Amino acid sequence: MDEPPHNALVEFRDVSFQHGNTSTPVISHLTFTVRQGETLVLLGKSGCGKTTTLKLINRLFLPTFGQVLVKGKPTSDWDPIRLRRETGYVIQEGGLFPHFTVGRNIGLVPVLEKWPASRTESRVNELLEMVGLPGDFSTRYPAELSGGQRQRVGVARALAADPPLLLLDEPFGALDPLTRAGLQREFAALAKELNKTVVLVTHDVREALLLGSRIGLMDQGQLILLETPDAFLSSKDERALAYIETLEFPAVVSEQEDARA
Amino acid sequence: MNFWQFLQQNWPELLVHVRDHFYLVLVSILIAIAIGIPAGILLTRKQSLRGPVLGLANIMQTIPSLALFGFLIPLPFIGGIGARTAVVALVLYSLLPIIRNTVTGILGVDANVREAAVAMGMTDTQILRQVELPLAMSVIVTGVRVAMVIAIGVTTIAAAVGAGGLGVYIFRGLRQYDNNLLLAGAGAAALMALGADFILGFFERRFAVTSRSTQTKGRRTVVWLATAALVVFVIAGFFYLNAGNASDAASRVVVGSKDFTESVILAEIMAQMLEQRGVSVERTFELGGNLPHDAVLAGKIDIYPEYTGTAYTAILRYPVNTDPAIVFNQVKKDYDEKFNLVVTEPLGFENTFAILVRGVDARRLKLKTVSDAIPHAANWRAGFGQDFMTRDDGYPGFSKRYSLQFAQRPSEMDLSLTYIALQAGQVDLIAGNSTEGRIAALDLVQLEDDRRYFPPYEAVYIGRRDTIDRVAALREAQSTLAGAITTDEMRQLNYEVDANKRSPAEVVREWLAHKGTK
Repeated sequence: MDEPPHNALVEFRDVSFQHGNTSTPVISHLTFTVRQGETLVLLGKSGCGKTTTLKLINRLFLPTFGQVLVKGKPTSDWDPIRLRRETGYVIQEGGLFPHFTVGRNIGLVPVLEKWPASRTESRVNELLEMVGLPGDFSTRYPAELSGGQRQRVGVARALAADPPLLLLDEPFGALDPLTRAGLQREFAALAKELNKTVVLVTHDVREALLLGSRIGLMDQGQLILLETPDAFLSSKDERALAYIETLEFPAVVSEQEDARA
Repeated sequence: MNFWQFLQQNWPELLVHVRDHFYLVLVSILIAIAIGIPAGILLTRKQSLRGPVLGLANIMQTIPSLALFGFLIPLPFIGGIGARTAVVALVLYSLLPIIRNTVTGILGVDANVREAAVAMGMTDTQILRQVELPLAMSVIVTGVRVAMVIAIGVTTIAAAVGAGGLGVYIFRGLRQYDNNLLLAGAGAAALMALGADFILGFFERRFAVTSRSTQTKGRRTVVWLATAALVVFVIAGFFYLNAGNASDAASRVVVGSKDFTESVILAEIMAQMLEQRGVSVERTFELGGNLPHDAVLAGKIDIYPEYTGTAYTAILRYPVNTDPAIVFNQVKKDYDEKFNLVVTEPLGFENTFAILVRGVDARRLKLKTVSDAIPHAANWRAGFGQDFMTRDDGYPGFSKRYSLQFAQRPSEMDLSLTYIALQAGQVDLIAGNSTEGRIAALDLVQLEDDRRYFPPYEAVYIGRRDTIDRVAALREAQSTLAGAITTDEMRQLNYEVDANKRSPAEVVREWLAHKGTK
């Protein structure tokens, strides 16, 4: 380990995980750290184990072997409720409660933490502004929002109790390309401004390059590469090259579109 | 009398049945909700229980309602006759849709939403109360809605165990072939079912969360109003159902009857004579099958009219005997020894099975006796009540004694419908009651039992010994009634009720005044 330990918010120590009594592990022998303030992107195909890795951090799963440490303490020693309330979690489409208003969705953890109503309310308004939604949205229901707006609410809900760590599982996956690009830029700025530690899971290499301070490439339950974006682009590993190649074709298309315009 | 006139005359009684019906359903559904929703929630947590519990609830629902009531009668605490038994049966029927929809509703909550709830650090209780139940509520209300509509239907059967409700009109209407009664009973039950369906449908839509029109305030108000209304109903229903049991048992006599006109009339005679003597009487009339016997044994009723032949063969299970004196003495002795019940002196008339044909046939074919009918039977169809088809002194022995062969196996139908079926030409021979009032009115002719197959049934009252010892008026009334009713009188009383559609209470009052029986 080259990082000093106090700098690691999350640490995986030789972690393997398998479901129930199935014989094939979903992930095997994962060892890495997530540093304070960085955005670590886990990149890989579906089924490679990246979502499972994420869920091991907030104890939606417990490791079959090895340990996951959050703030230096194994997740198995954490009170799961406490751990989760101190960890923001965003999933595709936001996973919003359809029967709660936007305001109640965002204020969920503050209410669970028994904040006074006035403090929760001002926090909700602050967050709506932070994620770029008008204040009167707080009385709307998720069904009345667009996909992009729902995703913003999902991010706001994850940030509500100001957790140091944010976990995002394909947060922008279901959005149209333009909305996605806008949200990605805003999110990158927001994470930086708030100095959050972020672990983000995606299969989109562009997203990984745009948002990640480091990119971890996963394949068949293993972490095969963990590099900065620049190092990732110059990697000679053939599995990384396969991702890099996908970048070129869309680039050609966009140049042609530019030429036409 | 047309239906409109019927309603004008009978609406107060109809309202009483509607109220009884409504309370039975409501109390049952509330209990079923109180059991079913927690059970459903438990099943979503304990997967291993899901199969067995849902299977059991499923079986409950496949038991025919009358049979379920039958199973419940002999059970202590939950059984017996009256509203409590009906409520137990209705709860058992209502459980399945409520449990199943609770399970379906909760398991149907979007996996993403549940995962988000867990990941936000909600506890299991918080997830259940704030996420799963609200999102499943519309499906759960659908289950309640289904249970309610089923319960409103099944409650019509509850009249057979003396629980009241609209079934009283339906059973009575079937017995007396009175379409007004049938229409009033069935129509009111159908309207109630439609109303319940509509109101719960409204709640269901209120709870649906997919619609954009969802309004927090509106939902809150609706939930509060519904809760308040339910609390009021539960309290009212509790007092209502307990009213019958709460009154002092000491000075009161509960008179029961079987579920046919003659039995009701005989019970009413006893009831009015007791009332004339200042005894407070509770009427638990129109109990199906041999329920009155179970009820008097269990102390749910104190006295009811019975027939010696029925007691002899159906209850004591002796082989058929055609000597009235032997039958009476044996029944009296056995009831005393086995059941500690008192059998009163016979009331005078005989009620036996009467083989009936249409008057036109009897005149055309010159039929006087059952033997005269034997040659024609091969071209005839017969229709018999369920009772006659199965009992020892019924069809099997009868057809053997007379070597009767009908064109086809006799149709089994409700006894009171056989008279109508005979008159309408759908069957050609039936076995009715000799005291049936409509025999003359429908131009039916009784064929003489020339081979003396049918045992003579004498009417008696069966009473609990402790009640008879306690209530002097009861001893007086029964000795006054010994031998007091002739066959013709009984037929006339039956006719007044069945054919002239008059109330048994009125007919009996008139008869008592006329007889000067005091």
